Amino acid sequence: MSTTYKIKKGLNIKLLGEAEKTVVDLNAKRFAINPPDFTGCFPKMLVKEGDDVKAGTPLFYDKYREEIRFTSPVCGKVKEIVRGAKRKMLHVIIETDGKDEAIDFGKVEISSIDRQAIIDKMLASGVWPMVRQRPYAVIANPQDEPKAIFISAFDTAPLAADLDLIVHGQGKEFQAGLDVLTKLTSGKVHLNVDAKNTTSKVFLNSKNVQLNSFSGPHPASNVSVHVSRVDPINKGEVIWYTGPQEVITIGKLFLEGKFNSERIVALAGSEILHPKYYKTYIGARIVNMISGNETGGRNRYISGNVLTGEKIEKDGFVGFYDSMVTVIPEGDHYEFFGWLKPGMNKFSFSHTFLSRLFPNKKFKVDTNLHGGVRGYVMTGKMEKVFPFDIYPLQLVKAILVEDIDLMENLGIYEIDAEDFALCEVIDTSKTNIQDIVRNGLELIRKEMS
Amino acid sequence: MKAIRNLLDKQKPHFEKGGKLEKFHSMFDAMETLFFVPNRVTTKGAHIRDAIDMKRTMIVVFIALLPALFFGMWNIGYQHFLSYGEHPDFWTMFWYGFLKMLPIIIVTYGVGLGLEIIFAQIRSHDVNEGFFVSGLLIPMIVPPDIPLWQLAIAVAFAVVFGKEVFGGTGMNIMNPALLARAFLFFAYPGNISGDKVWISDKADAFSGATPLGDALTGHFDNLPSVYDMFMGFIPGSNGETSTLMILLGGLFLLMTGIGNWRVMFSFFAGGYIMGLLFNLWGYNEYMQLPAYYHLVMGGFAFGAVFMATDPVTAAQTNKGMYIYGFLAGLMAILIRVFNPAYPEGVMLAILLMNVFAPLIDHYVIAGNIKRRQKRLKLATN
Repeated sequence: MSTTYKIKKGLNIKLLGEAEKTVVDLNAKRFAINPPDFTGCFPKMLVKEGDDVKAGTPLFYDKYREEIRFTSPVCGKVKEIVRGAKRKMLHVIIETDGKDEAIDFGKVEISSIDRQAIIDKMLASGVWPMVRQRPYAVIANPQDEPKAIFISAFDTAPLAADLDLIVHGQGKEFQAGLDVLTKLTSGKVHLNVDAKNTTSKVFLNSKNVQLNSFSGPHPASNVSVHVSRVDPINKGEVIWYTGPQEVITIGKLFLEGKFNSERIVALAGSEILHPKYYKTYIGARIVNMISGNETGGRNRYISGNVLTGEKIEKDGFVGFYDSMVTVIPEGDHYEFFGWLKPGMNKFSFSHTFLSRLFPNKKFKVDTNLHGGVRGYVMTGKMEKVFPFDIYPLQLVKAILVEDIDLMENLGIYEIDAEDFALCEVIDTSKTNIQDIVRNGLELIRKEMS
Repeated sequence: MKAIRNLLDKQKPHFEKGGKLEKFHSMFDAMETLFFVPNRVTTKGAHIRDAIDMKRTMIVVFIALLPALFFGMWNIGYQHFLSYGEHPDFWTMFWYGFLKMLPIIIVTYGVGLGLEIIFAQIRSHDVNEGFFVSGLLIPMIVPPDIPLWQLAIAVAFAVVFGKEVFGGTGMNIMNPALLARAFLFFAYPGNISGDKVWISDKADAFSGATPLGDALTGHFDNLPSVYDMFMGFIPGSNGETSTLMILLGGLFLLMTGIGNWRVMFSFFAGGYIMGLLFNLWGYNEYMQLPAYYHLVMGGFAFGAVFMATDPVTAAQTNKGMYIYGFLAGLMAILIRVFNPAYPEGVMLAILLMNVFAPLIDHYVIAGNIKRRQKRLKLATN
């Protein structure tokens, strides 16, 4: 029987434009692997523009951890390698030729293969980057042995994709992926589901794993929340984590012998005319889902959700770890006495706007910052949306002064930037808290290596 | 609205870097953001942000102060005419008080905001909204006839040494408004203590003692009724007399979530319990005064609702807030009853606890750290 953990603190942000539960083919022509998706990775190219690649052909590797390879999600040609400022590599773009050719990594019986062989196979095929670790929220180190592996099988973020729908009919592959993961740790594999909304048999009938249920508002689906409740992480300990679609990809690697990067991506947001789900592969270009499917006006395209996603262009690509694309209006307009208005249509966690009287109202929220950057004045607010035994503002301040001992003492190993997303949203001082936390994590990671 | 926008857009280049009025950038920015929420969008992190900002927060506190402010204006007039035995109509009394307070408010905002803008310009920051509230708090906690030049010096002291030397709004240790009052209290005690100053232009024959003054000097027969003290028909600082109006403001702060119920509640609890303890002791007549009297006398309610709750200078951890509020309330009554030199203890108690708040937080956070280290020890054993 599963244990249910109740999360009390947090906030569900109700936005307009939830994806309708139908799945259609995206038919994208171009796909990209984006090195910036992998924190701390310094890409070294293995292909050049014009090279033919199959699904699973290595594109680049990490200079600091050479065994970690990043492979092509589809079969086709390397169309372009896009670099930004200081020649920083942004995208490796593959144009598909529509063929279904893939490198053969060999089918294996999972029960008969040992841990090292599993890791080698995952590294070679390019599925390894799907497994990430805490602390630091970076790609897992293959030399470590984690004390547990966590999989979050639900998503409480605004407009998030329904993972039950996404894994539908893939029970065998999912179980195979779980079986692989159980061999990577001597501890438990924790499959964490929503106490109320998870109904998929794929999740609920999983074997060889510990099933934990969670209830409550966002960030109830965050890995850090699960870890903090189930098996808290201490200094020096490592846990690994991954997502349901990634588990399926891992399972398919061992069942089919190839890198099958199929993904289902939700398209949502107030500016989308027909929000729905698209079947495609990792790193798909989004232009096919957006064209003719958005309202006029300037919009922001986000790979991921509105809290933690990356801003991308209209012809940009879905991030490696993302299973949704959100489109909301840009907010680059002035508002006459905006701070004085009653605010029937303003989203706010505070009780200072009239919209508070309608708790179930769904909002159309744009990207306006709604004010200027200030020092930290208000206190006791972040704690209401931060379900950890950690003092959020104090930790943020410790990071700002780069006091590593204090950061450790205040629990920086237990969290990731995404856990501060709600703090950032409700912050009266309009500071970029996720960025601050990410910098703190990077500071410690560099200090420790 | 369009016209204002056009005007601002037209003038904006002059105030930007390289423009001929660059020196006044902060002032322009303050004006512009007063009229318009800026068009800035999110660049990093969460793409959507809460509609609340510092201006919204401060206007809420400002609104919460209005009932006590308006009552205070009326009461200045009421007390003045009462001392002459006159009872004119409502508007005459209100108008009298309004004219008394207006220069005080203008001087406070003029000096305070002027300094804020200068500091913002030097530091190339935006002008902080903090003084928006401080500038109204200060006129409400001084006597009606305070000499304006003394007030100006006090405000300047509070803004510069209470706030800006620490780095501005959000970094200060002590409540700037209370610091301004403390400055007046120690630098010019003649104009902010005793029983001559609390009624504006008082008739000589009339006793102008506040209830606290009466209590300290043992004139318990002169104490007004609890009803009068609760309603605020008593002499005192401009905006602090009416417990009812202050509680109305407090209710608004709690409903909007801007005020901190932990501090308010524990401050009242601290004061009440200290009163009860004195009742038990009962050494003199002041100690025998029913504990609830203390809550409606002097600046206790005002301190609880508007002063102790300042989020910057209060304790910042939830546990710490209880301790901070409780001790501040307790100390306020302790000073009030024990100290023969100061009839009121609220100001000093809150300033004292402002200084101790970081220490309280330190120990609360140390508990959290200890818990984490204990878990680590268990895991490694």
